[in-house]
Amino acid sequence: MKIRVRYFAGLREIVGQDAETLTVPEGTDVAGARALLSARHSRLQPILERSLCAVNREYVPADRVLQEDDELVFIPPLGGGAA
Amino acid sequence: MEPVIQITREPLNREALLAAVAAPEVGGIVIFEGVVRNHARGKQIRYLEYDAYPEMAEQQIRRIVEEARQRWGAERVAVAHRLGRVEIGEASVIIVVATPHRAEAFEACRYIIDTLKTTVPIWKKEVSLDGEAWVEG
Repeated sequence: MKIRVRYFAGLREIVGQDAETLTVPEGTDVAGARALLSARHSRLQPILERSLCAVNREYVPADRVLQEDDELVFIPPLGGGAA
Repeated sequence: MEPVIQITREPLNREALLAAVAAPEVGGIVIFEGVVRNHARGKQIRYLEYDAYPEMAEQQIRRIVEEARQRWGAERVAVAHRLGRVEIGEASVIIVVATPHRAEAFEACRYIIDTLKTTVPIWKKEVSLDGEAWVEG
């Protein structure tokens, strides 16, 4: 099945594109997709490891199972700033 | 009122946000304005660049504002965040909360900015004299 991966901020700069389509086996979870992307773009691996994940605009845990046409976004740590 | 939420590449318009929350029952308005400063972590900053996952950012901000409405009765709220290149002294974020009494406006405004900074997918890149880097945590 196909899922859509979108990239923002530092991730987009590393990958050099806004989005890509990833073909994954049925039952793949977020962690599985992360491993595929790390293999495809080796420079992504460290930042993916410390990123949160969102599917269809909601934060999800890494064991969330993906569905056809899901929108997957990895969210690197946010700037925050001192209060 | 429906909250005003803007995620925009245009300069933020504080007066328009203030006008949006004005109402006869309002007795206090708290404005938080985050502006770009010229130094961070010992570096001289030239400018900042903001990027967002816009659809999710808007959804998350909407949720935070709804939480503030439930907890403090903050019914009149406007939140605007700038994207792209923002120069020293320019506003990157403005939050306006209007309530009948001031205490709720202060509390709700503080909650909105603190929660926004930690949960809304908006990132900043510091461009300094030494180079540039996306800021984490």
